Amino acid sequence: MEIRSGENCSYVAICSGNGCKVVSVRDGRICPEEEQVPDSVRLGRDARFDIVYIVLPGASCGISLRVDLDGEGAEANVSGIYLCNGQDEVRINMDVSHNVPHCNSRQLFKGLAAGASKADFYGKITVAQDAQKTEAYQENHSILLSDAARVDTKPQLEIYADDVKCSHGATVGRLNEEEQFYMRSRGIPEDEAKVLQQLSFLSPVLEHIADEAVRNEAESMVESAVRNI
Amino acid sequence: MNDILLEIKGLKAGIEGKEILKGVDLTIRKGEIHAIMGPNGAGKSTLSAVLAGRENFTVTEGSVTFLGQDLLKMSPEERSWAGIFLSFQYPVEIPGVSITNFMKTAVNAHRKAKGLEELKAGEYLKLMREKMAFVQMKPEFSKREVNVGFSGGEKKRNEIFQMAMLDPVLSILDETDSGLDVDALRIVANGVNALHTPEKSVIVITHYQRLLDYIVPDVVHVLKDGRIVKTAGRELVAQIEADGYDSI
Repeated sequence: MEIRSGENCSYVAICSGNGCKVVSVRDGRICPEEEQVPDSVRLGRDARFDIVYIVLPGASCGISLRVDLDGEGAEANVSGIYLCNGQDEVRINMDVSHNVPHCNSRQLFKGLAAGASKADFYGKITVAQDAQKTEAYQENHSILLSDAARVDTKPQLEIYADDVKCSHGATVGRLNEEEQFYMRSRGIPEDEAKVLQQLSFLSPVLEHIADEAVRNEAESMVESAVRNI
Repeated sequence: MNDILLEIKGLKAGIEGKEILKGVDLTIRKGEIHAIMGPNGAGKSTLSAVLAGRENFTVTEGSVTFLGQDLLKMSPEERSWAGIFLSFQYPVEIPGVSITNFMKTAVNAHRKAKGLEELKAGEYLKLMREKMAFVQMKPEFSKREVNVGFSGGEKKRNEIFQMAMLDPVLSILDETDSGLDVDALRIVANGVNALHTPEKSVIVITHYQRLLDYIVPDVVHVLKDGRIVKTAGRELVAQIEADGYDSI
């Protein structure tokens, strides 16, 4: 897919057991005809691309995306939530290439792994030699909800330019028990305390959805999935 | 006449195999304010943690009865519903959860436990504003993440705000004075005093006299090496301040 100079395009992709469904917005208008989740996007000058993936429990799937920032001033925001349970296996593969100067990219992926599920995150940022003044950031954070769940994260930076701002961060942890005890001591039941922790962990991703109606829908979908995980 | 709120008998408890409380006996009646004083390492915070139900402490002997119920069999949330409130020495930060959301969930869980309907949004907001004003917390704190970036005084005021919201029967103030300047200390103490009624009791756990100048105890205990070694009236506070714990 190509996003031409000055255009902007944003997607919310919701993946469940029935595959991935897309809500897309182009230049402020919802485009219902767009049904495929893009797996490759090229951005022209000052173009902007936003995508938020929501992978629900039961959706064993692979998500793969390559982004090429080909025009100066282009910006890509790629983020996602993965909620894995049971025997789910989710693979996320992001490949962002800064090919020209003055482009920005941000990646933020957060997820929960319960049951005997497995989540793999592979994220790569490549900055070409003449892509000076690049800003590229990548973060991947996961919470393990069971002993049998597994998360692998492989962030990778390949930087050939010397005047850039790039960073990546990855963590895999568990729900904080001090927070839980504090909430329980105020009368919040243990399960509800955990739900609050999980939703607050995931909410920075949902904040990337600009359209309020779509965001509200996504929030309630995530909340009911978290309550049933 | 049964006006006993809390009865602790022969309580032994510890952590990771190390015994910290070595047989504590304590009876608290309705309306009383008790101070538990003692040097560092005496077991003061262990006692408050055991009463609130912190799971990493193990009770090896003894009993705790609260309003006729076996407290040690109750979960932390059940203890809260029954009317116990612990003001933490180090209030916990909960990133991403607003004070409004946190307290609304807590208040509604209490109501559910009592078989009451959830509060309507408007009713909750009115209650919250009233109680925030009571501890002189600015209204914008309602949107802040719980304790994140709060000063020491703001954290302790937030504890007393939560106490006011949950209206407990027994409040345990664990080193509430630590890290407070005199103005914050006064606000916190005034809050505790204003919430006090003849039906309610307070345990003030502290190392120093300072807080007890503002919250005046009926009974003072000295906890030393896991045991209550002395119990007397409020005059004991001055003696400790003058002569130190070694004199006891």
